[in-house]
Amino acid sequence: MKKEVKLFVNGRRVDSRLPEQLRPIDMKVGVVSRADGSAEVRFGNTVAMASAYGPRELYPRFLQEEEAGILRVRYNMVPFSVDERKSPGPDRRSMEISKVMRLAIEPAIFLEDFPKATVDVFVDILQADGSTRVTGINAASLALASAGVPMRDLVSACSVGKIESTLVVDLNGVEDNNSESDMAVAMMAGRGEITLLQMDGELDKEEVMKLLSFARENCRKIYELQKQVLKEYREGE
Amino acid sequence: MIVLPGELIDERKGRKLGKGVYEENGKVFAKVLGLPRVGDNELSVIPLSGAYLPNVGDRIVGVVLTVEISGWLIDINSPYKAFLPLAEAVDEFVDTSRVDLSRYFDTGDVIFGRISKVTKSKNVQVSMRDMVSRKLYGGVLIKVSPTKIPRIIGKGGSMIQMIKQNTRCDIYVGQNGVIWIRGDNKSRAIEAILLVEKESHTSGLTEKIERMLSG
Amino acid sequence: MSRLQEKYALELLENGKRIDGRKFEEFRKITVEKGVVQKAEGSALVNVGMTKVVAGVKLEIGEPFSDAPGEGVLIVNCEFSPIASPDFEAGPPGEDAVELARVVDRALRESKCIQLDKLAISPEKVFMIFIDLYVLNHHGNLLDASALAATAALTNTRIPKVEDGEIIRGEFTGSLPVVFKPVVVSVCKIGNRFLIDPILEEESVIESRLAVGIRDDNKICALQKQGSGTFKFEDVERMIDIAVAKSRELRSFLA
Repeated sequence: MKKEVKLFVNGRRVDSRLPEQLRPIDMKVGVVSRADGSAEVRFGNTVAMASAYGPRELYPRFLQEEEAGILRVRYNMVPFSVDERKSPGPDRRSMEISKVMRLAIEPAIFLEDFPKATVDVFVDILQADGSTRVTGINAASLALASAGVPMRDLVSACSVGKIESTLVVDLNGVEDNNSESDMAVAMMAGRGEITLLQMDGELDKEEVMKLLSFARENCRKIYELQKQVLKEYREGE
Repeated sequence: MIVLPGELIDERKGRKLGKGVYEENGKVFAKVLGLPRVGDNELSVIPLSGAYLPNVGDRIVGVVLTVEISGWLIDINSPYKAFLPLAEAVDEFVDTSRVDLSRYFDTGDVIFGRISKVTKSKNVQVSMRDMVSRKLYGGVLIKVSPTKIPRIIGKGGSMIQMIKQNTRCDIYVGQNGVIWIRGDNKSRAIEAILLVEKESHTSGLTEKIERMLSG
Repeated sequence: MSRLQEKYALELLENGKRIDGRKFEEFRKITVEKGVVQKAEGSALVNVGMTKVVAGVKLEIGEPFSDAPGEGVLIVNCEFSPIASPDFEAGPPGEDAVELARVVDRALRESKCIQLDKLAISPEKVFMIFIDLYVLNHHGNLLDASALAATAALTNTRIPKVEDGEIIRGEFTGSLPVVFKPVVVSVCKIGNRFLIDPILEEESVIESRLAVGIRDDNKICALQKQGSGTFKFEDVERMIDIAVAKSRELRSFLA
C-alpha cells in the first residue's frame, strides 16, 4: 500500500510534465578515458554512467565459450544515489537488474565475433530518481558502440506506466513508487525487436499492449537521440 | 559520414563483405561505429575504435610472454595471445631436447612478425619466415588505437616515412596498434605519432605534422 | 553430451515436435500436495513432470515497512538446492534464484492476493509472511512450478495464535486471508512458434520467454522477459493470449 500522493495536478505531473513528456535528457559519450567506451546519461535527476571494456581476455578459463564470446553486465547503485544510504555491494535487486540488463543487451551483440573473450559493461547509478535500469541500458548501449564492440543495432530503453488511469512515460522516483502499473521496455529500435520487458500492476491484455505501444514510440525517440550523440562524438574532444 | 551499428549501408548487389558489416535479407548494415566504404567490389566499415582482432597477413609488433617447448607465446595486444612455432622462427635445425629456446627469443623480447593463421576459435599463429620479420633490439614500444594505424602509416606509407626521415628513427608499425621506435629523437617521433592518432580525422594533418617536426 | 541432447530437442521443435511427445501448449503431469511440511504454517509440494518444488510459509512477528504502516509484510526467497541438479552449487542464491524469487514476489504482491491490511497485530507489529521456495529437482520450468507452489502454500496457511506479542506455535486462529490465486505461465518462443512448460532439454535452445503472472480475473499482474533472444511487438500479444488461456488449467490444481 502506498502513501497518499497527488500525482496529477491540473493534468500535470509532480514535476509539471505532461503525461507523454520525457524528462530533460542529456547524453555524453567518452566520459571515462580509461574505458574502451563510456557514456553518461541523464533523464531528469536520474544519472547513470556506463563503462565498456573489451573484447578482452576472459578469466577464469572455465567461463570461456569456444564458439562465442560472453557479455557481462553489472548494475550497481552508488551508496549516495538514494535518500537513505544504500549499503555498498550487490543486493538481490541489483542482481536481478544486472541479469535483465545483460539479457536486454546481449541480443544486440555479435558474440560470435570474439570467441573465448568477454565484453564487460559496468553501469553505476550515481543519482536515482526512477527508471534507473532503462537509463542504465541507454548508457550501456552508447558505451558499447563507442568502444567499437560489434552490434546489430543500438539498444534503447524507457519506462512507461499507468497513473490514475493515464498512461505516462519516463517515471520519476515518486511516480515509480506510486503508480498503479509500471513497465520497463528495451528494444533494438531499428529492427523492432524487444529485448527487455518487465511489468508490475493489474492490467488487462489491451492495456498491456497500449502501454507497450507507447513504450515503443518513446524508445524510438530515445534511439534518435543516441544516434545523434554518437554521430557527434569524436575521440579527443 | 560516420555510420552507427544497425545503420543501412547499401544493398549487397553481389559484392564482397569486408570488416565491420553484416548482411540481412540482401541489405548490408554497419556492425560498428565507423566510416563506411562503399566500393564496386566490397562493402565495409572502418571502425573508429575497438580492440585488435587478428587477421591473417597482419604485420604485428609483439612481445614474448613465455618460452614454451616448441615455440613462444606472444602478446599481440589482443584478447587473443599468439603462438610462434619454432619452425616459423628459426631456419636451422634445433634439437629441443638439448637447446633451451630462450636462446633465440626470451620473455620480454620484441618481435616484428606476421599473423600466419587464425582459426575459428581464434587460435593465432605468428610467423617470422620472411625478409621483413625480425627481433627488435633496444628501442621503446608505444600503444595506439589499432583503428588509427592506417592513418599513422599514411597513403603508401607517406606519413610514417615522413616521421622516420625527419627524426632519423627506426620505426616499426604493427597493425595491432603496437609501434616500436629507436633513435635519439624518439620523443619527437612519438609526439608526432600520438598527434596523428589524436587528430586522425582532421584534414591538413600531413602539413601539421610536417610543421611540427621541422619546428 | 548435453549439447547433443539440446541439438536433438531443437531439431524436433523446429519440426513441430517435442522431446517428450507433448503438444506445444500442453503441460506435463502436474500434482499439488498441500500441508506436506509439519512445522510450517502452510506448505505445498508441486510436481510438474519431474520438476519438484516445495514451498513453505512461516509467519513471524515484525515491524511493517515504513511506507506501509498497519500492513503485513511479504518476503519471498528461493534456493536452488545442490541436490536438485549437478549445475547447482551450494552457497547464497545466484542471479537465477534471485530473479525467480522476485518474479514470484511480484506476481503475488501485485495481484494483491493476500489482504495484507488484515495482518496487523498492533499499531507497530504486523505478521511477516515468509515464503521460502526450495527447488528439489530441476527438470525445467522452475518459475511456473515455484509460483504454483507459493500460491498453493498460501492457501494452505493458517494464522498462528498470538499471546502477549508472542506466537504460540501449533495453535491457530484462522486461515490466511487469500482472495486471489495468481499463477505464472511462461510462454517460450522458438522461431515462429510458442510453447509452454519447457522441459530441461528445451530450456537452453529456446530463444526467449515471457513469464506472465495472471490473476483469477485474467488481469496481468507481472511480466518478465527471460532469455537472450528478442520478441516482436505482435509476439507479446500472442504470448499473453496463450498464457491467459492456460492459466485456468494451472489454477485448477489449486482447488
